[in-house]
Amino acid sequence: MVKIRWNLKSRPGRTLGGNIAIFIFLCLVGIVMVLPMVYIVSSAFKPLDELFMFPPRFFVRNPTLDNFKNLGSLLGESSVPISRYFMNTIFLTVVTTAAHIIIASLAAYVLEKRDFPGKNAIFSMIVLSLMFSGSVTSIPNYIILSKLGWINTYWAVVIPQIGSTLGLYLMKQFMCTVPDSLLESARIDGASDLTIFWRIVMPIVKPAWLTLIIMLFQSIWGLTGSNVLFDEQLKPLNYAIGQIISGGISRTGVGSAVTFLMMLVPLSVFIITQSNIIETMASSGMKD
Amino acid sequence: MKKSLAKKNGLFARILKNADCYLYLLPYCAIFFTFTVLPVCISIFFSFTYYDVLQPPRFIGFQNYINLFANDDIFILSLKNTLVISVFTGPIGYLMSLIFAWMIAELTPKLRAVMVTALYAPSISGGAFMIFSLLFSGDSYGYINGVLLKLGIIRTPIQFLTDTKYMLAIVIVVMIWMSMGTGFLSFVAGFQTIDRTLYEAGYVEGIKNRWQELWFITLPSIKPQLLFGAVMSITGSFGAGSVSTSLFGFPSTDYAAHTIVNHLEDYGTTRFEMGYACAIATVLFVLMLSANKLVQKLIGKVGM
Repeated sequence: MVKIRWNLKSRPGRTLGGNIAIFIFLCLVGIVMVLPMVYIVSSAFKPLDELFMFPPRFFVRNPTLDNFKNLGSLLGESSVPISRYFMNTIFLTVVTTAAHIIIASLAAYVLEKRDFPGKNAIFSMIVLSLMFSGSVTSIPNYIILSKLGWINTYWAVVIPQIGSTLGLYLMKQFMCTVPDSLLESARIDGASDLTIFWRIVMPIVKPAWLTLIIMLFQSIWGLTGSNVLFDEQLKPLNYAIGQIISGGISRTGVGSAVTFLMMLVPLSVFIITQSNIIETMASSGMKD
Repeated sequence: MKKSLAKKNGLFARILKNADCYLYLLPYCAIFFTFTVLPVCISIFFSFTYYDVLQPPRFIGFQNYINLFANDDIFILSLKNTLVISVFTGPIGYLMSLIFAWMIAELTPKLRAVMVTALYAPSISGGAFMIFSLLFSGDSYGYINGVLLKLGIIRTPIQFLTDTKYMLAIVIVVMIWMSMGTGFLSFVAGFQTIDRTLYEAGYVEGIKNRWQELWFITLPSIKPQLLFGAVMSITGSFGAGSVSTSLFGFPSTDYAAHTIVNHLEDYGTTRFEMGYACAIATVLFVLMLSANKLVQKLIGKVGM
């Protein structure tokens, strides 16, 4: 506590009172933000009688793993084995992420480090595309996917995700921090662009591709694919799990276990990679 | 004449000289054009047609737009709801992200990491916001009703999730809870990169307190992040739709929480009136772009 105060006081223009007020305020807001999630954690471990208790109680009294066991047996009963859903999600995540990182980084590299006609036009279009959400393009995308004959194949999920513009944008902005002199000296030594890209730029921008991996992982993890995938065999884990909670009040216990697990995965991934993500975000800014 | 020819030759020479760049760009651009640029063009094109996927599109001029604005009361309602949601969640979420990022910036690194996680978590926790349907549930198991009943403020539970008076407000609360996303991280990172010597110089030049410091030094220094954060927050708030559907079902009671995105999905994926759906998408596209351009202009005034 002493150390914190010292750190807070170390800058001019600060009053101790102001610092303490801000600190307390931050703690309160933090608690309010986290409260719903604490409730999810606590519910996942509640036995049935506590889930339906009146008046409802916030914290669990007699924690149990029953909800998770029930989830396990429910998943074991499904007509398509759970491992299949799981493998679908793994496949979608790995293929999309790998392809996106390589293809978007390659594009980001030439957009940032090379000079050629049309470069600014392409980048402005990418920035412009950040300004509207996927719902604008969802209907025509469906039409395009069906004309290509990709509906009900993995490609309908994978390919559009590879073109994610936020990933390319962050990658390009982060490559700004790679000094040009480094690339210049490599070029003098006779390195080709591909070598420079793969051997020099990619290792330096590791925080950026970690960030891209996390962001894609999060979006694929939350995907149900229900509008482009119709075969039960092709559907991702998130879809199967959604079906389980849609069982209504009888699935309350299992549902709370599911909500907990679906929240836990992206959250722990973020906690592990936080410093890399923040480093990437430092160069996310837009020029006027 | 000669000059423009030389310029043209120069352009060709530059294209040829950098031919490999286009090769590197090709895979990404092929996907980008097919799934982002082309859809926007298609959307604008189909918005002037009647198209039900089975028969070829039939050109009908502005009829879709006329129907939208003159004959479709539910669209007008959804437009109004979307604007209300955006006006609240956009600026409030944005300012909250900014203010908290600013406060967090002065904590020690460990505390900072904890606070960033706590505030960012709601935006990535998937379906966790469904917990609000329990909080606002209309029977006595709903927490808020439970508390109000116990305190004797109300006698019968309030039907938060089906009473049209409360629904829009609940969407706004939930969306604000989830609003500290990518933009927030950008601010947090931005504050860490500001050159410390700028502050020392600022205090020499007569800045007195943290508020002046914020306006004259801190905010102008992170202007690029401010612009990026605004884009994220506008796109997010206008694109709202899934929160409403998950909390209130589809359609919500009397369409009280119906947004443009819900309307778009209704016509595009349920009724298969693609032409009409594309007209809705085009309206949404224009709305998002103009809001972005407007806000970018406003942010340009920071620190002046």
